[in-house]
Amino acid sequence: MTVPHRAPAFLADAWRIARKDLLIEFRTRSAFLAAAVFAVLAVVIFRFTWDPTAIPAIDLAPGVLWVIFTFSGLLGLNRSFGLELAERAYDGLLASQVSREAIFAGKVLANLVFVAAVQALALPAVALFFDLSVGPGWWAVVGIVLLASLGLSAVGTLFAAIAANTKLAELLLPMMTLPFFVPLVIPAAQASALVMRGQPLDDGMAWLKVLLAFDLVFVSACLAVFPFTIEE
Amino acid sequence: MSVSSTAPRPVALPSAKGFDAWLALALVACVAASVRAIWFTPVDAMLGAAQKIFYVHVPAAIIGLYLACGLLFVSSIMYLWIKDERLDRMAESAAEVGLVFMGIVLITGPVWARTSWGTWWVWEARITSTLFLWLLVLGYLVLRGGVESPENRARLSAVMGTLAALLVPFIHLTVKLFRGMHPEPVVLAPEKPKMPPEMLSTFGLSMGAFLLLFIALLRLRYRWAAVRDARAALEAA
Amino acid sequence: MPTPHGTGATTVASSSTEAALAASALVRAFGGRRAVNGVSLTLGVGDCLALFGPNGAGKTTLLRLLGGLLKPSSGNTLLYGHAMPGEAETRRLVGLISHFAMLYPALTVRENVRFAAECQGVVDADGATTRVLTRLRVLERADQPVRALSRGLQQRVSIARALVHGPRLVLLDEPYTGLDDVGARALTEALQEIQADGAILVLVTHHLHEGLALATEAAIMLEGRFMHTERAGPTGFHVATYQEQYRRLVSEGTA
Repeated sequence: MTVPHRAPAFLADAWRIARKDLLIEFRTRSAFLAAAVFAVLAVVIFRFTWDPTAIPAIDLAPGVLWVIFTFSGLLGLNRSFGLELAERAYDGLLASQVSREAIFAGKVLANLVFVAAVQALALPAVALFFDLSVGPGWWAVVGIVLLASLGLSAVGTLFAAIAANTKLAELLLPMMTLPFFVPLVIPAAQASALVMRGQPLDDGMAWLKVLLAFDLVFVSACLAVFPFTIEE
Repeated sequence: MSVSSTAPRPVALPSAKGFDAWLALALVACVAASVRAIWFTPVDAMLGAAQKIFYVHVPAAIIGLYLACGLLFVSSIMYLWIKDERLDRMAESAAEVGLVFMGIVLITGPVWARTSWGTWWVWEARITSTLFLWLLVLGYLVLRGGVESPENRARLSAVMGTLAALLVPFIHLTVKLFRGMHPEPVVLAPEKPKMPPEMLSTFGLSMGAFLLLFIALLRLRYRWAAVRDARAALEAA
Repeated sequence: MPTPHGTGATTVASSSTEAALAASALVRAFGGRRAVNGVSLTLGVGDCLALFGPNGAGKTTLLRLLGGLLKPSSGNTLLYGHAMPGEAETRRLVGLISHFAMLYPALTVRENVRFAAECQGVVDADGATTRVLTRLRVLERADQPVRALSRGLQQRVSIARALVHGPRLVLLDEPYTGLDDVGARALTEALQEIQADGAILVLVTHHLHEGLALATEAAIMLEGRFMHTERAGPTGFHVATYQEQYRRLVSEGTA
C-alpha cells in the first residue's frame, strides 16, 4: 500500500497543530472556562478590596488587567502539553515528519489565541467594573496586549514543554516562568496605564521598545532551544 | 555524543571527608576581614557603624550576581553545545552557591536600608533586579529537583539557564526604567567621592575573603555532585 | 541460526535477501545504565520480529531506537538504506503503536486519523483516512469522539492512526495490554494484513501466544541484549517449547 506524500511545510504544519489544539480547547473548554472565571473573580475581588476614595480607578485597573493576563495565561499553558501527554499523542507527533520547530510554532500560536481570547474578555470586564471611559486610545491597549501575549506564549510554551517532563508540572511552571514575565508585565502595565489615562502613546515608547525587543529575542531564542526539550 | 553515554568506569569515589584546605583558608580570611572591618577601619562619618555592612554586602553582590550567575549561564549554554556532564555539575554548583551569596545580599541590604534610608525595603532598580535574579535561580534549582533522569535534568536545566542569560538584561532594563535611589557603585568610579584608603583596603581584603569562600564552597559542592553522580552510575551498573 | 549465549552481540538475521531494516551494535545509555547494550538485527520485507523479555530488559528503548524517537549512544540503524533517526522522508516510513492510545480523546476518530495523515504529509488525507478506517472496520464510528469508544475500538483507531500514511516499518509496544480476547484477535488479524502488505513488524509483548502467532523471528531480551534468537520453522513456533525456553532464560538471567 503506497501512499503519495508531500514534503513537510513549516507554516502549514504549525497551523495544523494550532488548529488541532484550539479545536480540543473549543470542545472541552476546560482551560478557557477556568481562565474566564478567574478573570471575573479577579476583577470582583480587586473591586471589593479597593477604596475608590484613596486610589483612582485608573491607577488600579491596569494592574488588575495584567494580573489576570499573567495567571490566566498560566492556566492555558499547563494544558498545552498536558493534552499531548495524557495519551502519549506527543510520541506520534514527534515520530512524524513534522519538524520540532513547527510543533513549537503551532503550540505558541494556539496559546497566543488562548491568551488573547481571555484578554478580549478581561479588557471589557475591567473597563466595565472600574467604570473607565474607553476612548480611541484603547486600540493601543489592544496592541500592547497582543505584543505581551506573543512574548508570554513563546516563553510559556517553552517552559510548559520543560515542565511536562517533570513531576509536579503544574506547580513548577509558575516558579519557572514568573521571573520571565517581569519584562513583559511591567512594561505592558506601564504602557497601558499611560494610554488608559489618555496620555499619548509616545510617552510610553520606551516601554513598547522593551516589549518589542523581548518578543524578538525570546521568540527566536525559544524556537532555537525548543528541540532540546525533547529527549532523543 | 554525550560523555554520560560512556560506560561507567569503576572510579574510586573521591573522598568527601576530612580537612579541606580551601575552606579552611577561606574561613581564616573571612575572620581576618571581619576583624579588620570591625576594629581597624574607621567608622563612616555620615553613615555610622551601619556602613560596615558594605564590606559584606558588596563583595557578596559582586560574587553572587556576576560571578555565580555568569558561571551558571556560561555552563548552561556550553552544556547545550557539547553535552559534557561536568558543565552540568558546574551549573548546578554555581546556582546553589550563588543563591546563598544572593541571599546574603538580600538580607544585608534591608538592614542597611533601615538605618540609612529609614525603610526596610524599597522597590529600587538594583534591589529589585537582585530579587528577581534570586527568584530565577531558585526556579532553576526547583526545576532541577523536579526531573528524575540525570540526562534529562542536565538538558532541561541547561535550556532554562540559557534563557535566563538572555532574560537578565531585560530585567535590568525594565527595572532601570523606574528611577533608582540606590547609591551608585563607589568602588571603581573615579569621579565619585573616593573611599578613604583604610576603607578601600578593608574592602579589598573582604572581597578576597569572599572570593576564597566562593571558590571553596563551589569546589566542595562540585565534588559532592561528582561523588553523587559516580555513585549513581555505580549503582546503575 | 546459531544462538550464542551472553557473549557479544547476538544477531537476528533475516533469510530474505533484501535487508529492509538493519541495526548494528546499537547501544543506548541513560546516565550510566545501558538500557540497550549492543543489539544487531536484520529484517526483510514481511518479517515480524517478536521481542520478549522481563520489564526493564530494554525492549521499549530498542523499539524507540528503531523508530528514531531516540538516538543511539553508539551503533546505527538503516531503514531501506536511510539512517535513523532521519529526515522527513525516513520518518514517515515508520508507524508507531503502543498500549497508549496516542490519540486526542476530545477529537473524533476521523479528526484524529486525518491529523496524523496530514502530519505525515499524506496528499489525499481524507481519502487515506476513510480507507484505513474502513479497513479496520471503524468507519461507522468515524464521527464519534475517541473518548466515547471502548478500549478495543480505541485500539483499532490507534492502529488506523499508525497505518494511515502507509508505513513500511510498524513498531508495536505492548499492543495487547488491556485488550480482551475479541480485541486481541482483531489486532492479530489487522497485523497479519499489514504483514501481508510487506511491512516489517517489530512487536514487543509479554503475551507469548499472540507474539509467536505473528512472528517470523523471535528474540528474548535480557539486560539490553538478545539472549536467544530463533527463526520460525515451517509450522511456526512451538509455543510450549518456547515458553519453557523463555522461563529458563529469564530465571537464569535474573538469578
